[in-house]
Amino acid sequence: MEGLNVPLNHILLVSSLLFAIGMLGLMIRRNIIFILMSLEVMLNSAALAFVAAGAHWGQPDGQVVFMLILTVAAAEVAVGLGLVLQVQKRFKTLDMDHANRMRG
Amino acid sequence: MLELIWLIPLIPLCSSLLLMLTAGRLPRLLIGYLGVGSVGIAALLTLAAGIHFMANPEPFELTLWTWMQVGNFAPGVAFYFDGLTLVMMSVITGVGFLIHLFSTEFMEKDTSYARYFAYLNMFVAAMLILVMADNLLLLYLGWEGVGVCSYLLVGFWYQNSANGQSARKAFIVTRIGDTAMALGLFLLFTELGTLDIQGMVAMANETWQVGDSIPLIACLLLLGGAVGKSAQLPLHTWLPDAMAGPTPVSALIHAATMVTAGVYLIARTHGLFLLAPTAMMVVAIIGIATSLMAAFTALMQSDIKRILAYSTISQIGYMFLALGVGAWTAGIFHLMTHAFFKALLFLGSGAIIHCLHHEHNIFKMGGLRRKMPVTFWSFMIGSAALAALPMTSGFFSKDQILLEAYQLPGMGPWLWLGGLLGALLTAIYSFRLVFVVFFGKANTEPDRDTGWRMAVPLTVLCALSLIGGYFIIPVEAVFPAASGEHPAHWVEYVSISVPLIGLLLAYLIFHSRQLRVDGLVGSRVGQLLRRFWFSGWGIDWLYDRLFVRPYYELSGMLKSEPVDVIYGLIVAINQTLNQWLSEAQTGRMRWYIASMVFGLVVLISLALQISPEVL
Amino acid sequence: MVMVNLILILLVGGVLALLSERLDENMPRKVALGVVVVDLLYFLNHLLAMPELNQLQAPLASDPSTWLMHFRADWIPAFGVSIELALDGISMLMVLLTLVLGAVAVSASWTDVTVRRGFFEANLLWTLAGVLGVFMALDLFLFFLFWEVMLIPMYFLIAIWGHENRGYAAMKFFIFTQASGLLMLVSILTLVAVNHSATGQWSFSYFALLNTPMAETTAHWLMVGFFIAFVVKLPVFPFHTWLPDAHTQAPTAGSVILAGILLKTGAYGLIRFAVPLFPDAAMDFSYVAMVLGAAGVVYGAVLAFAQTDFKRLIAYSSVSHMGFVLLGVYAWNELALQGAVMQMVAHGFSTAALFMIAGSLQERLHTRDMREMGGLWHYMPRMGAVAMFFVVASLGLPGLGNFVAEFLVLLGLFKVDPWMTAIAALGLITGAAYSLLLMQRSFQGEPNPKLADHGLIDFGGREMLTMAVMMVALIGLGIYPQPVLDLAQPVLQSLLEVTP
Repeated sequence: MEGLNVPLNHILLVSSLLFAIGMLGLMIRRNIIFILMSLEVMLNSAALAFVAAGAHWGQPDGQVVFMLILTVAAAEVAVGLGLVLQVQKRFKTLDMDHANRMRG
Repeated sequence: MLELIWLIPLIPLCSSLLLMLTAGRLPRLLIGYLGVGSVGIAALLTLAAGIHFMANPEPFELTLWTWMQVGNFAPGVAFYFDGLTLVMMSVITGVGFLIHLFSTEFMEKDTSYARYFAYLNMFVAAMLILVMADNLLLLYLGWEGVGVCSYLLVGFWYQNSANGQSARKAFIVTRIGDTAMALGLFLLFTELGTLDIQGMVAMANETWQVGDSIPLIACLLLLGGAVGKSAQLPLHTWLPDAMAGPTPVSALIHAATMVTAGVYLIARTHGLFLLAPTAMMVVAIIGIATSLMAAFTALMQSDIKRILAYSTISQIGYMFLALGVGAWTAGIFHLMTHAFFKALLFLGSGAIIHCLHHEHNIFKMGGLRRKMPVTFWSFMIGSAALAALPMTSGFFSKDQILLEAYQLPGMGPWLWLGGLLGALLTAIYSFRLVFVVFFGKANTEPDRDTGWRMAVPLTVLCALSLIGGYFIIPVEAVFPAASGEHPAHWVEYVSISVPLIGLLLAYLIFHSRQLRVDGLVGSRVGQLLRRFWFSGWGIDWLYDRLFVRPYYELSGMLKSEPVDVIYGLIVAINQTLNQWLSEAQTGRMRWYIASMVFGLVVLISLALQISPEVL
Repeated sequence: MVMVNLILILLVGGVLALLSERLDENMPRKVALGVVVVDLLYFLNHLLAMPELNQLQAPLASDPSTWLMHFRADWIPAFGVSIELALDGISMLMVLLTLVLGAVAVSASWTDVTVRRGFFEANLLWTLAGVLGVFMALDLFLFFLFWEVMLIPMYFLIAIWGHENRGYAAMKFFIFTQASGLLMLVSILTLVAVNHSATGQWSFSYFALLNTPMAETTAHWLMVGFFIAFVVKLPVFPFHTWLPDAHTQAPTAGSVILAGILLKTGAYGLIRFAVPLFPDAAMDFSYVAMVLGAAGVVYGAVLAFAQTDFKRLIAYSSVSHMGFVLLGVYAWNELALQGAVMQMVAHGFSTAALFMIAGSLQERLHTRDMREMGGLWHYMPRMGAVAMFFVVASLGLPGLGNFVAEFLVLLGLFKVDPWMTAIAALGLITGAAYSLLLMQRSFQGEPNPKLADHGLIDFGGREMLTMAVMMVALIGLGIYPQPVLDLAQPVLQSLLEVTP
């Protein structure tokens, strides 16, 4: 293990920060595009944690899960953007607070 | 020969079914032949059976099939034929035939001619089954069957709601008695293990002592049925209203046959009643009380049929009195003579009503003596027999009842006195009817006199009412022998003279008007009593307040289904919860995410709280 | 295999009826009638060929071969679930009743259904299939399955083709039956688990589960689970409130099936499962059950008296009559049980006929309100006479089936509890009151001239034929009930031996 030798804790800290930022974005943003971006941030934060953990334990599993997350994220973006188009078409806005037809 | 007695109820039944299935599509003449002919054949067969029986007077049993068998409960569709059965069958088919014949003229113009005869034939069949039944369950079948036929015939002119009301009243009031009787059947079967009448009575005499409580209860329950069917206190209120039916129906069902079924039932199960002297005392008291109550009421009525109805109630009271004092033969004898003269009176009144455009009020009649001679003589003879004037049929039977009542140790003379008072009243009200309707000034003109189909039954019944007292009914083998003692001669003389006094009083008050009662009637007490008696002692009013209205109110109160309120409450709780919870369902995604995050934070911190070692 | 075929014919027939609508919109009713009749003939054909019918023996729980028919095939062996059907005298009676009334129901709805007729007849047939399954299944898992199968098509019948308040009525019916069915499911599963811990075998078979040893309290609770499911179906006071709504709102055929057959599954369940599976618990409980039964008899009669809706009145009269069944079952002696079985059959016919008359009136007058009727006898004498027949049948006129039933129940009950009998006998009086009121308000009284405008048509040939079948059945049951009694007798005898 030469080169950069960052302690695992630091990476996990960064990952947590990224996750928190993503979640915060999810909660306070109204624009659906930003919500999607926040989701991406959260997914990547998780992926980062996996890679770091995999590197730390010397196991390939972390990178396998990273690949999985990558695919899921891609699929998610595809579905998400489709939804964005539909939302735009039906509500003429991207503000998710206006798309509240499911109110009980 | 006696093996064929099952044909006797079957023939009217078949005729009835035929009339029902063809639904009035037969020609009128054929309907008449079927209706009258079937009962006529039944009467001839009864006659033949009677001749056969007289030659060899042994009770005869005939089992057609086992009705149902469950364990040891196995009542059969089985007939029992003895002297008592023969008397009843003769009355039913004989008087029934005459009344059917009378009906062909009375109902001539009615649109539902076939329906009428279908019901009437069905009634005869059911009544025959009632008296021929070998066991109490089959008897109950006939018992309810005649009840339904009575309901159908009272409400025959169904388009008038009042008739329907009367019909329902008749059925429901008698059903109250029937239910008591059914309970009696349950008790008897549970205790004795059979409903076969002869076997049951024999078994009862082996099992119980005189004065035991179970036969007392059983007898009282059977008495409940008898009281309902025979219109005795306290279930008599249906009979006056039942006069809404066609008059021949009143003659057949509500005078001659069905209403005496209660008398028959008690006579048939007399072996049981002998085990319960208290029950017999109750029978006697009910009889005398009903007899007096109805006689007073009859005195005040102005509707010709209601007078006769109350008089029927009163006369059946005499029969109950006879049964209660153990004068079984006299009771059945009075049943028979009463069937003759009361059918005569009812048919006579039917003739009047028929010829006077359905007029019922006796004060709107009058002077009919010359216009309707046949009817006049019918009424004279009928009333004489009803009042028990000497040498008429009613005299023999009623006299016998009074004498035997007198001989009962203890209460006997009191019952006799009550009976005398009743006899006096009977004479007064029956001749009041005759004097008001047939003498005096004519108020309405009859548009015709009776035709032969009405005249023949009237004449035959006149003859029977006169000579019926000399018949000897073959029941000596059925009932225990009477004591045979005779009371003092003065008792007999008094019994004979009382109806004559009544006749004299009626003459003085209602015909010659020498005896003025206006002052007495006009007084305040007189008016009150008059109204009280007119309304039948206010019993209808009392029942209306005590039972009918509360029942209507109860059912009205429950109509909204109170049980549903509980389920409604469950629904309401759910709906409230749903409202609360759906507040949280804002539809805003950010809100959901925030609550999820909040929930996660709470959960994780809780988990850490509980088991910190996870860290 | 006969039994499986009986059910399959109806299931497949339902699909055929559904498809036949594409050919012709009058086709489904013909197909449905054909299917039911074929099913009935198929069944009769097999029965007549059975020598056992002449010498009935008591069906023993220990030996399925003593039953009239028995069929068993594995289904989910891991859990001991099998397809086990069996037939004894009582289930045979019930199957016959179901098929006859099924044909009656198809006839009853011959003209009054106008939309989606294929789906209607299909639901009708599927309900019948479910009912047959309930009457024949002896595997508790299968029994529960059929219990649900008969429920769902019935829900559709009410919800789609019902009257003005159908949504509410259908939902109420569904929730009551479903919730109580859930209690039964819990009871079944617990019973199987208890049996497993005792014997180490997983089995849902009735024969295996009889005589399962269990603690007294367990038995009590499990029995209550079954009891509630069945008495809700029966229905018994105070679980009856779904019935007036469902019966009133259902289309005629639905009412006929509901009142004629579906209610009897509750009674059948009590006789077949609730008591024999937990004999001691049931006997401890019998007083409560009898009180409920007597209360139902009187309560139903009083409420029937208050109704102005023709169908609602008949619905409440069912509550009253089913009270007699409950009394008969829990008096638990031969007389009373025979009475209960008789009542199931006789009430099936009399009430089905009355509902059919109600349906005909609704079709002609477009109302069920008796205040708007009156004097109908004048316009429709045939219908009036038929109505009179069934009214006096339902008030228990001797000579007709209902009398035999009620008399036997009360006679048997009297041995157990005379006072309860006296209370239940009040039902005879109140029964007369509401039955005759029904007659008075609709067919008797002054003919309402407004009604003449509806162009009232009296019963025609098809209707009279259907009615005649039921009349003959009731008269037969009334004057010679022995065949029915003989069929039920061995079954009841072996059931009575189960209890202490």
